[in-house]
Amino acid sequence: MPAEPIIRVEHFTAGYEGNVLMRDINFTVNRGEVFVILGGSGSGKSTLMKHMIGLYEPMAGAVYIDGDDIVTSEGDARRAILKKIGVMYQSGALFGSMTLLENVRLPLEEYTSLDDDAIDLVAQMKLKLVGLDAFSGHMPSEISGGMQKRAAIARAMALDPTILFLDEPSAGLDPITSAELDLLILRLARSLHITFVIVTHELASIYAVADRVIMLDKRTKGIIAEGDPKVLRDTSDNPWVRQFFRREAAPDTIAETA
Amino acid sequence: MAPSPAASLSLSDVDGKRELRLAGRLDSYSIAGVWPDARAALDAAPNVPVLIDTSRVEYCDGGGIAMLVDLLRQPRPPEAQVSVVGLKPQFQTLLDQFDPVAMRAPPKEHEERLHTVAEIGRAALIVGRDMRVQVAFIGETSSALWFAITHPHRIRWKDVWYTCEQVGVNALPIVALISFLLGIILAFQSAVPMKQFGAEIFVADLVGLSILRSGAAFAAEIGTMKVNEELNALTTMGLDPVRFLVVTRIIAALLMMPLLCIFADLIGILGGALTMISFNIPISAFLHEVDSLVDVKDLLAGLAKAPVFAILIAGIGCLRGLQTQTGASAVGISATRAVVSAIILLVVVDGIYAFVYYLLDI
Ligand SMILES: Nc1ncnc2c1ncn2[C@@H]1O[C@H](COP(=O)(O)OP(=O)(O)OP(=O)(O)O)[C@@H](O)[C@H]1O
Ligand SMILES: [Mg+2]
Repeated sequence: MPAEPIIRVEHFTAGYEGNVLMRDINFTVNRGEVFVILGGSGSGKSTLMKHMIGLYEPMAGAVYIDGDDIVTSEGDARRAILKKIGVMYQSGALFGSMTLLENVRLPLEEYTSLDDDAIDLVAQMKLKLVGLDAFSGHMPSEISGGMQKRAAIARAMALDPTILFLDEPSAGLDPITSAELDLLILRLARSLHITFVIVTHELASIYAVADRVIMLDKRTKGIIAEGDPKVLRDTSDNPWVRQFFRREAAPDTIAETA
Repeated sequence: MAPSPAASLSLSDVDGKRELRLAGRLDSYSIAGVWPDARAALDAAPNVPVLIDTSRVEYCDGGGIAMLVDLLRQPRPPEAQVSVVGLKPQFQTLLDQFDPVAMRAPPKEHEERLHTVAEIGRAALIVGRDMRVQVAFIGETSSALWFAITHPHRIRWKDVWYTCEQVGVNALPIVALISFLLGIILAFQSAVPMKQFGAEIFVADLVGLSILRSGAAFAAEIGTMKVNEELNALTTMGLDPVRFLVVTRIIAALLMMPLLCIFADLIGILGGALTMISFNIPISAFLHEVDSLVDVKDLLAGLAKAPVFAILIAGIGCLRGLQTQTGASAVGISATRAVVSAIILLVVVDGIYAFVYYLLDI
């Protein structure tokens, strides 16, 4: 299948209160691919993701989702864009006053005209996908952090969006659950052509799922690597990128300790 | 255990240069004895180069390194730089991890020293900005409320009932206690005609004060949701937090407040009746007296305040919640701001009511 861009980020500059985190970056995400955003802690990965889903307005540049500019969209046009995306926040962001099932039901109640039983079934199936069907009646505060993340993924998938944004989905998961999550992502991407934009640090998971990665860098406020992770690991001439993929300390830290 | 050699500092000035000699053990405990002196020695010679000789420092932990960084980071003219020499290599590598210039304390904000006039201007600006936010919020909320009224099936009634329980049922004990006591007090003073006292009109105030905590609870709930990114989650689902969180709470408060007022009226009369009975005055006589002193107009005048107070308390609570900043203490701050703002608004609106009632001769 020829690569067809579904998200385009163009001449994009963002940050907080005069503190620019990334300047004039450009990249595209193709339909059906698993796209991973990498970068050191605090490099602005979550910030970039929040801009891509239209929560914040960039200082400059534009984000197009399926051809529509999400930054300037309003009202029904915006809702139409938002319906195409599902988001799992780094903190999970489950609604604390609702059970897991109610959390997953909420988008379905608001956007579909399914009857109660149907909504229940759909929601239960989403929870089953992430292995939480036995916990549907629990409150978010009654389950572990890793389970909260998975429940949040289930909620993000509630409306079967065409693009799923996941901020550190496997952080805090044991290797087995994490591998199962990777399988789920691959299955959804390959069989349903769902596009994934994932922020993660887990090397194993990156090699397992990522079609393409970009790597953000705090110092240069830009993208220092883009492409297939295995290729980058073996061929990148940027020492930072190589160190990252080989899981070694950064070059100048090594120089200091020597 | 051998007493650890304490840190020591000596000082000499040679050839227009100042030399500080540190010796002994620079650890987190001993440095307190030399740090202020070293700083003072530096400050006393702002225009000459300073050499810090550490060749006789035997041990230097993170605390000692911090002191050295502090001495190095002081802004000084280029011809009067501070340098550290003679530090043992294993300590020098610790020190090299830090760039003293980058560790410079951010310049103190000189807010306190603003001119009084400027201060007043700034305060006015802040109040003005806050007012603008409030007006925008009132607009958004009104349109969301209007949408709710015209599309009642789109209201999340489950959330409304849940909040009703919070606002209404949970407020019953405190409202009961206060109005019962007030009933007793008024009965004791029954020589003073109740009408003069205008007690009925103030029932709404009393209930308003007792549900202030609901406003604070709203601020805390919504604030927690904001900190936890739940508001972001709503937004990216294309759901409007105002419709979702604010409208349900305002409707609940609107429904509960008048009921609480009537409840307070009844409990107040009960308190009065019990007092009268203890004085052997027949209850029918008391009720007759209540009937002749309080007319329906008073009751309605009191009840007329209820919905307005409900909207104010619930609305300001929600607004403060939505305005919550990031950080651990942000939620507490929002709750406090909700209570303070609600009290101010109550007083202002009460004044307006008093004026209107005066004009209408109620
Ligand atoms: N709401 C905010 N207001 C101001 N600054 C913020 C805000 N959120 C994040 N920042 C700052 O922006 C920078 C990037 O934050 P961000 O959360 O995007 O990093 P990240 O790459 O996701 O890091 P991590 O891997 O730790 O999640 C940080 O320095 C952070 O302090
Ligand atoms: Mg992050």
